[in-house]
Amino acid sequence: MTTVVTDNCEKCRFTDCVTVCPVGCFHADGNMLYIDPEVCIDCSACVPVCPVHAIFEGDDIPDDKKHWIQINAERAPNLPVIEDKEDPLPTAEEKKAALGY
Amino acid sequence: MSHLGTIDNPLRVAIVGSGPSGFYATEALFKSGHTVHIDMFERLPVPFGLVRSGVAPDHPKLKQPMQLYDKIGQTPNFNFLGNVTVGRDLTVEQLRKTYHAVIFTCGAETDRKLGVPGENLLGSYTATEFVGWYNGHPDYRDRDFDLSSEIVAIIGQGNVAADVCRILSKTVNELKQTDIAEHALDALARSRVREIHVIGRRGPAQAKFTNRELRELGELEDCDPIIDPAELDLNPQSIVELEDKNNPVSAKNVETFKSWGTRGAPTKSKRCHFHFFRSPTALKGAGRLEKIVLEKNRLDGDPFNQSARGTGEALEMDCGLLFRSIGYRGLPLAGLPFDDKKGVFPNRDGRIINGNDVLPGLYCSGWIKRGPSGIIGTNRADSVETVQSLLQDLANFESQAKPGAEALYPLLKARNVRVISYADWRKIDAAEIERGKAKDKPREKFTKISEMLAVL
Ligand SMILES: Cc1cc2nc3c(=O)[nH]c(=O)nc-3n(C[C@H](O)[C@H](O)[C@H](O)COP(=O)(O)OP(=O)(O)OC[C@H]3O[C@@H](n4cnc5c(N)ncnc54)[C@H](O)[C@@H]3O)c2cc1C
Ligand code: SF4
Ligand code: SF4
Repeated sequence: MTTVVTDNCEKCRFTDCVTVCPVGCFHADGNMLYIDPEVCIDCSACVPVCPVHAIFEGDDIPDDKKHWIQINAERAPNLPVIEDKEDPLPTAEEKKAALGY
Repeated sequence: MSHLGTIDNPLRVAIVGSGPSGFYATEALFKSGHTVHIDMFERLPVPFGLVRSGVAPDHPKLKQPMQLYDKIGQTPNFNFLGNVTVGRDLTVEQLRKTYHAVIFTCGAETDRKLGVPGENLLGSYTATEFVGWYNGHPDYRDRDFDLSSEIVAIIGQGNVAADVCRILSKTVNELKQTDIAEHALDALARSRVREIHVIGRRGPAQAKFTNRELRELGELEDCDPIIDPAELDLNPQSIVELEDKNNPVSAKNVETFKSWGTRGAPTKSKRCHFHFFRSPTALKGAGRLEKIVLEKNRLDGDPFNQSARGTGEALEMDCGLLFRSIGYRGLPLAGLPFDDKKGVFPNRDGRIINGNDVLPGLYCSGWIKRGPSGIIGTNRADSVETVQSLLQDLANFESQAKPGAEALYPLLKARNVRVISYADWRKIDAAEIERGKAKDKPREKFTKISEMLAVL
């Protein structure tokens, strides 16, 4: 069972999720965030706070997003941890509207 | 005089309560860039609040934030004063004088009442006591739960109700390798509970379970979930709620309930029945609980604002054991204002207020600040907000150096309080883990304060 960030986060990075993570397991590159499955405790605190519903619990990952499990696991450990809220990317509001949220 | 928040004049902060909100406030202060010394007060000899004594024993992964708290606990500028009850061993005023600021993170330690006749009958208990008991909290270890009744009612449909339901319905095999208290495992092994009724005052679309906790109740080794599909008919307002893209949790819960409604005949030896639109109006019995009277409700109001209204239609159900799980509540603390309605310390962004006046230097975070909602991580964002308020106020603090705990140890000694340091706790921790080894348990908790102190 893993919790993963998926493509909705790209160009968005609202970072609300990192403020509620009890163990600090989010990592970021310039584009989006990833969860380190080795550290994540699957508590789901981050799932409801993401304004673009980019985060899925293991049981709920749609088939066409399953590849994100591997992407999160591969990228997270090599990127810096992000624990504090940052400003969303300039493209964030546009992306959010395009996704219909 | 040197600047406040520097090595020569560190910012001295007292934190009252060692649960998640206390540790996340500590973390945020240590990250602030100022030199900060923290003294954390805890009424028990052992830290971590509800992560130790609330989170269910069969959810060990969810207790892992303790590893992070343990790292913070071993930071040089952090000092733990366990076995010290603020309000009894020390006054709020004493803390205020000894520190630049005090943050209260003392949680919500009591529970809300149903307010119906018969509530205090033998056999009617609170989830708070039961949870404290199976988790080995010293306040509750001597409770005696009579589990000889086959029929149990749980009032409330949130995650705490789900925990109580799981612990009552799991087999000893499913529990014996967890950190559940020994006395609880022994009592559960003799339990005769067979039918568990989980009762909510509103409908399936308003149940407060999170998805994973609800689904888990359908995956137990020896307990089937039972639901009458007729109870899953939704009113138009509830359908609006479920169709809202921002409300995926309720939509998934209703899917889970529906899948159980069509599962076919139960095959396992215990059953967990879900009932909606019902509120208890009386508990009855001669000396001990025998029956519960439930009133049928309907929903009234706009989507997301629907409340339960009684219809007058009553129905009786046999049950010998009842747990109410309708919410925790904060306790007042002498010397601080209290919002009796919400059961919290009145505050603005974490600054404690009395009417419209901010009480300088006094802050709060976690369940005592916002009420008993949210999970462990929610307290991190909450404590960051409180610490931000505190740092904004820094310029108004008295800049003179404050003594911190050094000034309090003699007072505590005079009161015969055996203060537990963080190093002491680590000894207790190691002894608990050692005790657990023989039974393949992650730890066997000490459940009496005297046992904890005897290790030292
Ligand atoms: C039964 C139950 C199960 C839960 N399960 C989960 C779960 O699985 N996952 C999850 O993420 N969240 C869970 N939660 C929620 C989580 O435990 C809370 O969000 C969190 O513990 C609240 O943190 P807190 O620091 O505000 O309070 P607490 O954790 O309650 O900590 C308060 C501390 O203050 C101490 N204290 C109180 N008064 C005084 C005083 N006067 N002087 C000194 N010390 C004092 C108490 O002893 C306690 O240690 C659960 C909650 C409950 C009740
Ligand atoms: S809240 Fe959602 S969109 Fe924002 S950074 Fe987190 S996952 Fe990405
Ligand atoms: S599920 Fe919990 S631990 Fe995992 S990333 Fe989300 S908030 Fe952090």
